[in-house]
Amino acid sequence: MAENILRGRAWVFGDDVDTDLIYHNKYLGITDPKEMAQYSFEYYPGKENFAKEAKPGDIVVAGENFGCGSSREHAVYCLKELGIPVILAESYARIYYRNAVNNGYPVLVVPDITKKVKDGDELEVNMDTGEIKNLTTGEKMHGDAVTDLEKEIMAHGGLIQYLKAQAEKQQ
Amino acid sequence: MGKTFAEKVLGKSAGEDVKAGQVVTVEPHFCMSHDNAAPISKIFKKIGVEKVWDPDHLVFILDHAVPAPTDKHAENHKIVREFVKEQGIKHFYDVNSKGGVCHQIMCEEGFALPGLVMVGSDSHTCTYGAYGAFSTGIGRSEMAATWATGQIWFRVPESMKVTVKGSFKKGVTAKDLILKIIGDIKADGADYMSVEFHGPGIAEMSLAERMTLCNMGIEMGAKNAVCPPDQKVLDAIRNNAKTDAWEAIWADDDAVYANELEYDLGELEPCVAKPHTVDNYAPVSEIKGTEIHQAFLGSCTNARIEDLRAAAEILKGKEVAVRTIVIPASWSIYRQAMKEGLLDVFLDAGCIINNPGCGPCMGNHEGILAPGEVCISTANRNFKGRMGNKESFIYLASPLTVAASALKGAITDPREVL
Repeated sequence: MAENILRGRAWVFGDDVDTDLIYHNKYLGITDPKEMAQYSFEYYPGKENFAKEAKPGDIVVAGENFGCGSSREHAVYCLKELGIPVILAESYARIYYRNAVNNGYPVLVVPDITKKVKDGDELEVNMDTGEIKNLTTGEKMHGDAVTDLEKEIMAHGGLIQYLKAQAEKQQ
Repeated sequence: MGKTFAEKVLGKSAGEDVKAGQVVTVEPHFCMSHDNAAPISKIFKKIGVEKVWDPDHLVFILDHAVPAPTDKHAENHKIVREFVKEQGIKHFYDVNSKGGVCHQIMCEEGFALPGLVMVGSDSHTCTYGAYGAFSTGIGRSEMAATWATGQIWFRVPESMKVTVKGSFKKGVTAKDLILKIIGDIKADGADYMSVEFHGPGIAEMSLAERMTLCNMGIEMGAKNAVCPPDQKVLDAIRNNAKTDAWEAIWADDDAVYANELEYDLGELEPCVAKPHTVDNYAPVSEIKGTEIHQAFLGSCTNARIEDLRAAAEILKGKEVAVRTIVIPASWSIYRQAMKEGLLDVFLDAGCIINNPGCGPCMGNHEGILAPGEVCISTANRNFKGRMGNKESFIYLASPLTVAASALKGAITDPREVL
């Protein structure tokens, strides 16, 4: 099996990035995830143009407690739809983390990553081993693996797909 | 070795002996959704199940944008009503005089009960810990999955013990305590944890005050927050419980905690959370005189009858200097305030009273700010743009501080006007 390796440009965010900064409450009425992508990080000071400038494959890097605040799943959908393949943060708020897993969206815990990566650095992430390389500086890091149940949910592409598969298995 | 509240409740629900770190699957007793029951019902339909596992376990309460301010919101409400009919959901609080803010209704109407496991598709679901429930917020996909299966998985959380002693000095409230705690341990200080409030200071508090504490557990990252199910709780639920499946459960004295904090209520002073994070603590004395343009007395955090009484005491016979929006947390609170003459006090003082609901708290309607404007609010979040405009500023404070500031048009120490 070919190794699952991602390469992309980093966008670095700070600590305690709340759900209004990721996806503002103004757009909560939208139900189609495809429409949500354009509003990603619109309220984040200095990165208001993120949704326009980020290319599919770019990687979001953040500090502690990423996604704190509301339980809105939009804050996961918007980045997924924009083509951000993975988030690498020092830690996640609980509900954000569950929402990501339940949507099959990979979010890795990487200690001290905001000290080791700057905006625009090229990153390489091995999704199988959790190894992360900053190709710009040569520095290496490691992302934490998730629990088996979480892995299984993610492997199915999310909780809803996982449940469907479970139901089919039982029949 | 003793067990924490979370270990006991999740263990009982899972039917096994559990400790922190273990993953368990449990059946939640009540699943609460608000206006977002509409998008959740769409996700539910994708699962391919016809009926929810048990309609009596679902509670829907429309509150986020009521009555509907836009066609989009109206359409969502319509979808919720159709789903309620189709699934036979009896616990439904529509846009009428029986409802209010979802978390208030859950407590007031006897859904929040000791020892129950409860989930809600809203982050402030942790409020029900004031009644001794294990309650936590979840996302939409997860709620849809729970409707379908009646099951949800949890990692049994580590616990934090907050022991509270002493009593409040005049002008200081439960809101000042929780803003101080969050300021001390920061927005991620209780990430993934179950926060237990202990001590004589908590025993002294009303359920309204305990709800304010538990409501803001999420603002320090907590999975749930909980107070002991004491006599005050038992009295409140006696003739009101929606099920008899509850049981008063509390942590053992020798339970093991990941972290322990202690607070003396007598040492606290009126405070605010400055823009744009809830952990941006400042005593009012440090920032008094900051000009404001709007005051908001409302939300699931601080709009109960006790909060309205406290604000009315300050506003009685006086006039506000800035636009002041009052939104009681439920229609029964609204009626009670009417009977006690509090609504007259607010109207005489120049305040606006809106219908119970979330109002401007998360920027939907009924009090959006203009660029450059400053609002002092009794709500729970001051994130950039939370009240609808990213160039505006929100200070969080107690009902007393909000009322005192409304009088002066600037952030004011309530002790100056009490």
